[in-house]
Amino acid sequence: MLFFSFFKTLVDQEVTVELKNDIELKGTLKSVDQFLNLKLDNISCSNESRYPHLSSVRNIFIRGSTVRYVYLDKNMVDINLLQDAARREAMSAKK
Amino acid sequence: MSSDSPLDLLKLNLDEKVYVKLRGARELTGTLQAFDSHCNIVLSDAVETIYELVENELKSTKREAEMIFVRGDTVTLVTTPSDQ
Repeated sequence: MLFFSFFKTLVDQEVTVELKNDIELKGTLKSVDQFLNLKLDNISCSNESRYPHLSSVRNIFIRGSTVRYVYLDKNMVDINLLQDAARREAMSAKK
Repeated sequence: MSSDSPLDLLKLNLDEKVYVKLRGARELTGTLQAFDSHCNIVLSDAVETIYELVENELKSTKREAEMIFVRGDTVTLVTTPSDQ
């Protein structure tokens, strides 16, 4: 639940998603669910010359399991809040 | 301080530098900000190193990220960096 809530706080922000097949998509995060499936709006492909087949797509659903990384900006994240949430998650997972 | 589950060990590394080994000859070092039971991880000030064989030569590429979320299914191990 921790990262589901975490991504919900990032909705409407610009993120870059790197998929396991090396495709990199930059776009506005529109929604997220419990599987960390993502919906991105207004996407652009950072390495378009290698993957031209996505150049005309603007709006995309990404299956969570295909994600490798999500690149974020530091100012999007409240570090203290996130660390506290991680500690609480670790406590609750114990039982 | 008793640590009875393996992930409790990770809790002690919060806000500390960690080394994360991933599938596909990739590794990351950075400051651990969050993790969960799937080993999903958030690192800040992360450096990713990718190892590749190019014409039988080992080549490594580095990439930096100020904040990065790593999906847990690619994570193989988490430890403290060897240079500390």
